Amino acid sequence: MSIPVITTLDCKGLSCPLPIVKTAIAVKKLQPGELLEVWATDPGSVADFTAWSKSTGNPLIDHTAEGGVFHFVIRKE
Amino acid sequence: MTDTQQLETALAEGQAKQKTNKLVIFTWGGDLDKVWPTLILATSAAAMGMEIIVFFTFWGLFPLVRNDVRLTGDNWMQKLLSAMHRGGTQHLKLSQLNFAGAGPAMMRKLAADHKVASPQELLELAQEMGVRLIPCQMTMDLLGLKREDLIDGLEEPAGAATALAEAQDAITLFI
Repeated sequence: MSIPVITTLDCKGLSCPLPIVKTAIAVKKLQPGELLEVWATDPGSVADFTAWSKSTGNPLIDHTAEGGVFHFVIRKE
Repeated sequence: MTDTQQLETALAEGQAKQKTNKLVIFTWGGDLDKVWPTLILATSAAAMGMEIIVFFTFWGLFPLVRNDVRLTGDNWMQKLLSAMHRGGTQHLKLSQLNFAGAGPAMMRKLAADHKVASPQELLELAQEMGVRLIPCQMTMDLLGLKREDLIDGLEEPAGAATALAEAQDAITLFI
């Protein structure tokens, strides 16, 4: 099994809609199957990333929260 | 029709409705507190993979004026209008609590502190993401705004019919 490529995007400190907008731009540049990890601090981003993933069909394969920092992992479809 | 069939039809209609992947925003207001959410919605919708068209009309055209353009118009009425109501994303006023520009200045300070993107940044992001921006030709003529007064990267000015035709299969907002 090959290890998927992971790109990191730091959206810490940014407010709506920038985390989701920057994520969408970053995902666009990926090849299908590649992963994007996003760091964010906007509390609204949890709901936004879930909705975005559902709407665009790029699965949110992991999300965790620690000390006010959210970590999302998205796989490009 | 049986109950099951009716249910299936209703379900299919619901699913078809859900699939509307196009948003048309009629931007009529030119206030900071209208233009800002408009651009937030447009960039978010672009991020969601939607097709977006923003049709700028009446006061909504002024945010598209280049920030370095001061006076616009051919006659004294149009010139006076632009003198009283300067265009450009950096010169937007609040619809309330404007206090001769102190309100917007405070709002921009708060936004910068909270790292909320400015209308100018959002407008550039929208363009980068392929949001289609259409100025209303009739309003441009009426208010004395020429194509060269407006920012680059807009579509050709068009009329209400163009916007309405685009709106036929889209979610529409009038802001």
